[in-house]
Amino acid sequence: MPVMNIIQAVNDALRLQMRQDPRTVVLGEDVGKFGGVFRATSGLYEEFGGERVIDTPLAEAGIIGTAIGMALYGLRPVPEIQFGDFIFPAFDQIVNELAKFRYRSGGQYPCPVIIRTPVGGGIRGGHYHSQSPEALFIHTPGLKVIAPSNPYDAKGLLLACMRQNDPVLFMEPKRIYRASKGEVPEGDYTLELGKLAVTRPGTQVTLIAWSGMVSIAEETAAKAEAAGISVEVLDLRSLMPFDIDGILASVKKTGRCVIVQEAPKTCGFGAELIASIQERAMEHLEAPIARVCGFDTPFPYTLEHEYMPNADRVLGAIRQTLEW
Amino acid sequence: MVAVQAQDDLRRVLDDEGRVLPGARVPDVADDVLRNIFDKMTLVRVMDDRMMRLQRQGRLGFYMKAIGEEATHFATAPLRSTDWVYPSYREQGAWFYRGYTIKQFVDQLFGNANDPVKGRQMPVHHSANWLNLVSISSPVGTQIPQAVGSAYAAKIMGKDDVSMVYFGEGTSSTGEFHVGLNFAGVWKAPCVFICRNNGWAISVPREKQTAAKTFASKAVGYGMPGIRVDGNDILAVLQVAQEAIDRARAGDGPTLIEALTYRVQGHSSSDDPSVYRDPKEPEIWEKRDPLNRMRNYLTHRGLWDQAWEQGLIDRYNQEITDALAASDATPPPPVETMFDDVFEEMPWHIREQKAWLMAQARTKSPHHHG
Repeated sequence: MPVMNIIQAVNDALRLQMRQDPRTVVLGEDVGKFGGVFRATSGLYEEFGGERVIDTPLAEAGIIGTAIGMALYGLRPVPEIQFGDFIFPAFDQIVNELAKFRYRSGGQYPCPVIIRTPVGGGIRGGHYHSQSPEALFIHTPGLKVIAPSNPYDAKGLLLACMRQNDPVLFMEPKRIYRASKGEVPEGDYTLELGKLAVTRPGTQVTLIAWSGMVSIAEETAAKAEAAGISVEVLDLRSLMPFDIDGILASVKKTGRCVIVQEAPKTCGFGAELIASIQERAMEHLEAPIARVCGFDTPFPYTLEHEYMPNADRVLGAIRQTLEW
Repeated sequence: MVAVQAQDDLRRVLDDEGRVLPGARVPDVADDVLRNIFDKMTLVRVMDDRMMRLQRQGRLGFYMKAIGEEATHFATAPLRSTDWVYPSYREQGAWFYRGYTIKQFVDQLFGNANDPVKGRQMPVHHSANWLNLVSISSPVGTQIPQAVGSAYAAKIMGKDDVSMVYFGEGTSSTGEFHVGLNFAGVWKAPCVFICRNNGWAISVPREKQTAAKTFASKAVGYGMPGIRVDGNDILAVLQVAQEAIDRARAGDGPTLIEALTYRVQGHSSSDDPSVYRDPKEPEIWEKRDPLNRMRNYLTHRGLWDQAWEQGLIDRYNQEITDALAASDATPPPPVETMFDDVFEEMPWHIREQKAWLMAQARTKSPHHHG
């Protein structure tokens, strides 16, 4: 099996799907000849031409607005928003239009647009190249939100997204775009949306993470193991819908839970997880569920290493949970 | 004050009395098409009158009339059924012309169990995918880049379908107007933009939307033709629409049409124009009424008589009465349908919320009518 990084896995999924389905088109800023600023669409323009790998004018509302019209007409557009931080000019098109088309038309107009965008910090990008805006979109009825953490999942989940009929925000962890490497099957496969992966089994604490924080969770679990603590790591992969059964199975087993979330703490997705778990598994909990999050500040530039959750902080939260 | 003066660059075929202007080229439109347009224009007038009265009686929550602007709706008439239309919220005639029925229209207004959009949107937010009429959105301008996307999709898929999109002159101030026209220009998308310049965006006059002399002039910046047309002159509207559609279908790209018209009454049932504009202003435009002008023209052509029009009015009044009675007898959508169509398949959390709601005592709607 070839070893790929996340960029290569995304690229592979796009190429496979475009070969199979002539309705699939890619559009966005610099996605054509240049192959995207992160190279995720590299080589697609050469293979599929400028009408299926479309360099758009520089306007996110136009990228998503036109992608919506393409999908309504019968194409399967996969627009790229160059950075998650730049998605907000298209916020109305995503929240009021894309996510609502099926519902507001009484089911007449499904709108299968798969928006790919890199998210997260740790790349010395400051506020406008580092945010993790998932909560805003999970809070938007009608939109699926998918957040892979590794190449295998990225390819299988993206292929699955491109073969279903709901709009998706597909968030890619840019800090580990190239650092995360792993074996990826060459051919076709899909992963079911809405299912988490237990990336490391354990018995004492459930550690929940997604996107770029999964690598922090695994690093923490390794440190914890060295300290004699058995941690079960859950990679959510799918945030909307999220795998409540998988989460509960783990939490009921361990009785303790810590959530790692890169985004700001207040009203973050971790808060929803805590609420959902305690509603269903209160009697299984041995300690309050802890969160290690980004702070309720804008994402800082120079101090980003202080802002972002790290293994030491997560391990600290695990210890507190165990000692409670 | 006259909101907008007719200017030299304004395309007109008919004078205010419905006579062909000297030297004007008359578009080649079949007699039955003209009579069908007059028929649907009459329906819009009858429907608007009935629905606004129902709104004033407290039986209908909200309504938007098109009086004085009806001719602009029929820029859609030269389209094929496979072409796509992205309406704004004041193009009732386009819906009826393409085949949307009185019953569907009324069922949508009342959001009953037969509403094509299942009671999901407030009145006048229709959707009809079987007619390639796209679901109406309240935030203005969002439909503009969407229409460009559909138009370009047709080109990518090797079809020669055209998209037409409507918006008001106030919407030309939005980012989406600029974005949409810019994308269309760059892509040479087969898209026809219809700016209904009715002089007023709720209470704000067109002078406060742009410092440009005309809205059509904005087309220059996007590399496409901009055409001003007397939007109350049905022949001129049909002529410029046909030209723009032909251009688009031939692969020559998009066109911006500014249809000069006037919002004779309020923006919606919630509006009161006497607060912000001279009550004499509409009088000038009532003389240019598109229905009167078309009637006069058809009369000159021997295509109109009083009995025919009265027959239409009577028939439509009866059909509306029947549709209202049917609507009154139709329950609201079943409560469980609230949870449908969020996604193609209902995910667990919505299933769970639906089960919870279904186990509660039913709440009486404060919006019940009739």
